Amino acid sequence: MRKTSLFSIAAVVVCAFVVLVSCAPKKTASGAVMIKGADSFIAGEVTDTGGIDDRSFNASAWKGLQNAQANLGVQVQYLGSANQSDYAPNIQQFVTKKANIIVTVGFLMGDDTAKAAKDNPNQKFAIVDYAYDPALPNVLALTYQTDQAAFLAGYLAAGMSKTGKVGSFGGMNIPTVTIFMNGFAAGVRYYDQKNKAKVQVLGWDSDKAAGTFTNDFTNQAKGKTVTDALINQGADVVLPVAGSVGLGAAAAVQQHNQASPDKPVYLIWVDTDGYISAPQYGSLLLTSVMKGIGASVEEATTEALKGTFKGGNYSGTLANKGVDIAPYHDYDSKIPAQLKADIETIKAGIIAGSISVDPKSYPKP
Amino acid sequence: MSGNVTPAPEKAPRRPFLRRALDAIVSGNAFTVTFLAFVSALILGAIIIILATPSAIRAWQDFGYAPGEALRQSWRAVANAYGSLFLGSIGSPRAIIDAIRSGDGASVVAAFIPLSETLVSTTPLMMAGLGIALAFRAGLFDIGGQGQLVLGAIGATIAGFSFPSLPAVIHVPLAILSGAAFGAAWGFIPGVLKARTGAHEVITSMMLNYVGMNLLTWLLTTGLVQAPPRNQAISKVVVAAARLPSITGSSLRANLGIVLAVLLVLGVGWLLNRSTLGFRFRMLGANRDAARVAGVQIERHFTIAMTLAGMLVGLGGAFMVLGVDFRLSPLYSGSIGFDGITVAILGRGTPLGVGLSALLFGAFTAGGRTMQVNTSIPLQLVQVLQAVLVLFVAAPGVIRTIYRIRLTKAGGRVFGGWAG
Repeated sequence: MRKTSLFSIAAVVVCAFVVLVSCAPKKTASGAVMIKGADSFIAGEVTDTGGIDDRSFNASAWKGLQNAQANLGVQVQYLGSANQSDYAPNIQQFVTKKANIIVTVGFLMGDDTAKAAKDNPNQKFAIVDYAYDPALPNVLALTYQTDQAAFLAGYLAAGMSKTGKVGSFGGMNIPTVTIFMNGFAAGVRYYDQKNKAKVQVLGWDSDKAAGTFTNDFTNQAKGKTVTDALINQGADVVLPVAGSVGLGAAAAVQQHNQASPDKPVYLIWVDTDGYISAPQYGSLLLTSVMKGIGASVEEATTEALKGTFKGGNYSGTLANKGVDIAPYHDYDSKIPAQLKADIETIKAGIIAGSISVDPKSYPKP
Repeated sequence: MSGNVTPAPEKAPRRPFLRRALDAIVSGNAFTVTFLAFVSALILGAIIIILATPSAIRAWQDFGYAPGEALRQSWRAVANAYGSLFLGSIGSPRAIIDAIRSGDGASVVAAFIPLSETLVSTTPLMMAGLGIALAFRAGLFDIGGQGQLVLGAIGATIAGFSFPSLPAVIHVPLAILSGAAFGAAWGFIPGVLKARTGAHEVITSMMLNYVGMNLLTWLLTTGLVQAPPRNQAISKVVVAAARLPSITGSSLRANLGIVLAVLLVLGVGWLLNRSTLGFRFRMLGANRDAARVAGVQIERHFTIAMTLAGMLVGLGGAFMVLGVDFRLSPLYSGSIGFDGITVAILGRGTPLGVGLSALLFGAFTAGGRTMQVNTSIPLQLVQVLQAVLVLFVAAPGVIRTIYRIRLTKAGGRVFGGWAG
């Protein structure tokens, strides 16, 4: 009896092993032309506690490194952090390994990155969502003026709203989140001013810097509850700025639209083009407010490889395409041509500096 | 089962599953089973390493043509991974000797980074495991380590930044005591609820985890705790005079926290084995009804045990924030409060066992980083190793079956369970 069970356990293990082995993908050759030294070039990412698959900034930075691996042939690695005490030793690991560039993610890592950069002046770093004052010579600090792109989304939301109410909520009341909401609110106010409309923003009061927050970037149930509340108050466009909590918002919108298809609610995604990163909800998305973390991480890696890397503070804008709104996808034919033309004009105005993206520049609704 | 008094297990009255499982953990062949569990976990880990290494997988695909190559690649992958685990947790012995011979300060420090990081990771695990083990011994399941750790860190941080001009000799103990008091409060609540109302400590302490973690999130938005200019969810920074001093006087992060943790392990060992209070705790854990008949005020001792457990776990949080982090951020504790439960189980509820298990887990944590960087095997392998290890220790029947060990005379029971 005992022998039999032992034997069957062993058999199962062996079978699983064989199946896993035979399923393993064969390596595909990259077609790109390699820059000299690329195969020995190492790019390392230290993630925040969210981890590599947070569908937010850690994932975006990792996507950038993966693209660098595919396009340049460099080696990429990441190291996850379980808590705050892990940041410094994780950075140290890559310093010891003599990684050619170390990418750190999030403002919580700002101090540890600065310390490692000062201790190792020849080591190149890039940090996402943090800027240094004064700038450090061997750290490229990447920040994004997402309010510029969110402004366009706000204008679009106001133009598409039938109820005259649009909503937004955030993951946490911190600048990297509220900058989206401020830009969105400013875009709505600009629409009101220009078209003599009275569209209201629910869930965020840019004058008081207060609003609805889930205090969480992962709990989708909270996203659903908050979105249900916004819809009940009459909002028919919702902008969740809360990482994967946004998936809960999408579920709420989908449920509403199935229940009452005559009064559709639209969703606007953030960080990445949601039509691609969350395709199951693609049919709900007017557009996405995109933050080019991946592109700038890839760019920093390329520069480090080519020897043109420079430290300092980089700011992603509409002008340098560090931020943008995504294509309208399914709604391309449903959004009025005039509205689309307005948005192109506004985009040029923001780039030229003639249109302010600060909600305080516009009259209160 | 304390052997002589109770009848044979088959005839014993039916007891809840968890209680029986915990009995099994602590009965018989303790050392052999733990050691074999460790070996088994390493073997299982080796299989996972091979599966996670593309070159080894490719070699296995060609097993028919070149069987030797498959074995060679597999061996290399496993040796690389476990070698890196060793290098990252203890360091390269040659580098350490060379550095000491050369007498160059900077290279000595660099050679000792792995050991120092192991100690840093060990400290909070040791305290969390110690507190939870103390509760186990009194027959209580403290699942509230997460909340108690966070509260301890909050207490230490608030005391650590609130007094800018105290001298270190006063400020360091003050900040530690403040952390201990906050942690104790978070242990006292489930303790007193159990004593007064019979509410089960598993439920109440677990729920208090969420209260504690959300309390931290809220505090990080208040003017009292949040760092100016109050636009990021981080706390003010603990002043230099309240920080735990380095034990090496260099830039290594190993600090007084590990020394205090080891002293507390010895202290709890004395408490449990030599003091009246510890004897009463053990009576409670061994047989609650007998303890009541013998005149132990069990309600009162539930409260005391949970408060002490909360205090010890809270000290873990205090040592973390005063020793290495110096400020709080949301989700501060990671999963250390829960890892403390596994440390306590692996250590079989004894202070010495907890100390050694925490050291092992701390080494895994520190070594796992180097392993991931050198071999690209995900850090999660280390968590799998820890989990498998605890699983085997918690289910000694599996190990006994695999290695055909006979069950020897049962030892004393250490943990209580759901039963009360």
